[in-house]
Amino acid sequence: MAHYLVKRSAQILLTLFVFLSLVFFIVNAQPGDVSSFYALNPDIPPETRERMQDLFGVNDPLWKQYLVHVRNTFTGNFGVSFSHYPRTVADIIRERLPRTLALFLTASVISFYLGFALGKIIAWRRGGWTEYTSTIGGVTLYTVFTPWFGLMMIWLFAFRAGWFPIGKFLDPVLWRDAPTDANAIFNRMILSAIVVSIAVFALFAVTAKRRMAHSRLIRIGGLALSALAVAAAWFATGTGYLAWDILKHMILPVATLTLISFAGTMLLTRNSMLETMREDYVMAARAKGLPEKDVRDRHVARNALLPIVTSFVFSLAFAVDGGVIIEQIFSWPGMGQTLVSAALTEDLPLAVGAFVFVGVFVLIAHLAADILYVYLDPRIRY
Amino acid sequence: MSPQRTYSQTQPSLWKARLTLATRSLRQSWTLFLATRIGVIGLAIIAFYALLAAAHPILMMFVWEERVYDPVVGYAFEETRQPAPPSLKHPLGTDPLGRDVLSQLMFSARSEFMLGLLAALVTVSIGTIVGAVSAYFGGVVDAVLMRLADIMIMLPVISVLVVLSALIGVEHFELAIIIGIVSGFGATGVVLKSQALSVVVKPYVEAAKTAGGGHVHVIFVHVVPNLLPLSFLYMMFTVTGAIFSEAVLSFLGLLDVRMSWGLMIHVTESAGYLLQVTEYWWLIFPASLSITLLCSSFYLVGRSLDEVVNPRLRQL
Repeated sequence: MAHYLVKRSAQILLTLFVFLSLVFFIVNAQPGDVSSFYALNPDIPPETRERMQDLFGVNDPLWKQYLVHVRNTFTGNFGVSFSHYPRTVADIIRERLPRTLALFLTASVISFYLGFALGKIIAWRRGGWTEYTSTIGGVTLYTVFTPWFGLMMIWLFAFRAGWFPIGKFLDPVLWRDAPTDANAIFNRMILSAIVVSIAVFALFAVTAKRRMAHSRLIRIGGLALSALAVAAAWFATGTGYLAWDILKHMILPVATLTLISFAGTMLLTRNSMLETMREDYVMAARAKGLPEKDVRDRHVARNALLPIVTSFVFSLAFAVDGGVIIEQIFSWPGMGQTLVSAALTEDLPLAVGAFVFVGVFVLIAHLAADILYVYLDPRIRY
Repeated sequence: MSPQRTYSQTQPSLWKARLTLATRSLRQSWTLFLATRIGVIGLAIIAFYALLAAAHPILMMFVWEERVYDPVVGYAFEETRQPAPPSLKHPLGTDPLGRDVLSQLMFSARSEFMLGLLAALVTVSIGTIVGAVSAYFGGVVDAVLMRLADIMIMLPVISVLVVLSALIGVEHFELAIIIGIVSGFGATGVVLKSQALSVVVKPYVEAAKTAGGGHVHVIFVHVVPNLLPLSFLYMMFTVTGAIFSEAVLSFLGLLDVRMSWGLMIHVTESAGYLLQVTEYWWLIFPASLSITLLCSSFYLVGRSLDEVVNPRLRQL
């Protein structure tokens, strides 16, 4: 086990180096250098360009540039953004990453639950009209052109009905004389979400271990109670209306993401269930005369869960990547939008920084998935 | 009678037997495919768009006047204001730049098909060879190819494409090649390798090796043909992925293409008609629905092929 993890980490580290080299290669394969952006700018004299070339080290030998590139990546020094001058790339990423994570973690958790619950049911009712309609509906949602779907959601619920704001992270009018800035509020919001989820998770663990009666009631009650307590704490500090504003901006993108991604989990659950249903122990459970619901939930679904959990962790890894589309549509200032706008404005330091960060995040998530898989499946022992 | 002559005499009948077997299994698969129903729906949608794509050059040649109906530089002179609503001359209206929407839609269908097919072909050729080679040789070759696959799987594809399109001009051809390489050396290669692992231990592979077959001969004559059904299945999923990425990138305005469904929505967005969904529906729905339908149709065909190829998913 330890051996496997060490080996896997070494592989991930190697992959990281290959990835960094790839980034370096792509950037350096371009004709010209950073200063050529200003070649036609009359306000920038040649001396300034030369100084710029010196500062960026573009006249150094290639191996030296590569070493600097690797060192800078590990120290988080991605330079200064062109389009957000004079903010550093690291600063921008530090601001944008939590926003992306909050959006996608919420959506992934909800869609995972929804997809698993529905997939269980449609696998059990094989061949009926339920299966056809939900398969077709699921596939449509899964392959729907995401920008268009997001647009329809905005049009329907924000533009027509006016229930939610149209895109963006917050309402500037409301925040004009706010006591604190948005990042502080948002970080506190993430903290409260973590507190609530830890409380709920602990409650889950306790009720499951003790096999308590009314466990569902206790769980739902606990969730409601802790959520209420956190909400009360927010309004007591007087910044509750600001948090509510951010939350209101989050609802529509989260709903859209959930609808798009639950179908994938649902179809995967269905396939995984269909494969598990053929196992002998399922027949044994039926032969014992267990109720259908027990066979489905305790014998089939439990064992069908494994590939779904892995896909859940992988989907978290790709959330940052896939965020490009949803964030662009909803003007949500996260990593994806940062990457696209950096690419469109040719803000090279920011684009490379955001790209490297997305890559590193994906690698870490893959390592986490491997560890989790070993922990979850007792049949896998390395 | 020399052994050489026997060989040449049995050769035609061997091929005949193989052909009979192939047609029989094809007919069986076709029956199974029809039974899945969702695959048939997918196939019908694909056929519809293929017809649209095929009809465009014919219409351009015989019916439509080029300066009006050209998908990129045409202009609807007889309309007083653009975008014009649907009329008899322009069944789907015109876009904010006065170009016929139906013509754009049909013109783009062809390039979507070409993109999807090219990406799928590149993916599957690379994936099949990677899978067969790494399962057949094992050892160092396998380790190197699979680590490469790890890297490809972990690549955040959309971000890579965004960064690449900012640095180099990406068109349909480059996009298809990039998607093909990433998917062929990555996920598709791994899946095909796991299938190839069960093929290389079959007695006939052993027999072919004992009979003196070289590596290339065994891989291409005995291993690869047994991977083809699964490769074909993964072609379908690649087509979905390729069309989707193209649509997203050209919607974001990052691709250097002349016309595509994603670009049609990009034009609508930059002209500011994006939220006037009911008033200017012809600017938004035809292109978006086409992307969605074509993506899902290939996906549906892929899924029902999955049920044909994978006996564990068949109805009990």
